[in-house]
Amino acid sequence: MTTATYAGQIVTVNDEGFFENPDEWNEEMAPAIARTVGIDELTEQHWRVIKFMRAEYAEKGTGPTVRVLGKTSGVSVKELYELFPKGPAKVAAKIAGIPKPRGCI
Amino acid sequence: MGDTIEKVSIIVSKGSLEGVYPALIMANGARAEGIEANLFFTFFGLDAVHKKRHDHIKVATVGNPGLHLATLAGGIPGVSSVMTHYLERKMEKLDIPSIPEFIEMISDTGAGLYGCQASCDLFELTKDDLIDQVKDIITVGEFYEMAAGGQIIFT
Repeated sequence: MTTATYAGQIVTVNDEGFFENPDEWNEEMAPAIARTVGIDELTEQHWRVIKFMRAEYAEKGTGPTVRVLGKTSGVSVKELYELFPKGPAKVAAKIAGIPKPRGCI
Repeated sequence: MGDTIEKVSIIVSKGSLEGVYPALIMANGARAEGIEANLFFTFFGLDAVHKKRHDHIKVATVGNPGLHLATLAGGIPGVSSVMTHYLERKMEKLDIPSIPEFIEMISDTGAGLYGCQASCDLFELTKDDLIDQVKDIITVGEFYEMAAGGQIIFT
């Protein structure tokens, strides 16, 4: 376990950079986290996915996989990979300050 | 970063349900992790991308000891279909996509799908016989060029 500083606030993250405590996250931190994963600017569509991830996590206690995102977020699988080329569910979860989604499909 | 996988090339050589799904799950899972993935369909694995056959992939009920079904029973006409329907219903409950839907999704993730030239020659198949998501029919040499620098998985 280690710490990271986003938007001037120190947060606890795991070895892969996922938040240990999603309550420490706020929207101001998202652009800074995004830059660490190679996304320079968060567009409206990025935010749509990030907010969806937060809402799913709040409701179910776990983030959705890419398949679930593609079926329920209103953003297609193709576009999800254009927005988050390094893995939509994984990268969006990191930017959204929630744990890495588990699930094989 | 030396211990991370950057690219996988997955060879699908079997045309049974249990032969195809693991390859698709590994390809989809690789893309979900941000790993570059290509699928190469060879021999009976080509059925998974064959327009007329990819919706009719069945479980092997003969020569499949893991099924715990007597070979004699497994060979009765219709048993393979019944067993396949049973598994498909279970998969649907777990929200596992059908093979055609799964392959379309994997293509949407940016993975490359390719047919094997030698197998297409053998079975007299052209690109028109294969689903639109198949980018090309390639030789083994072209496959190795594409796979260079990554991991190769044979299923």
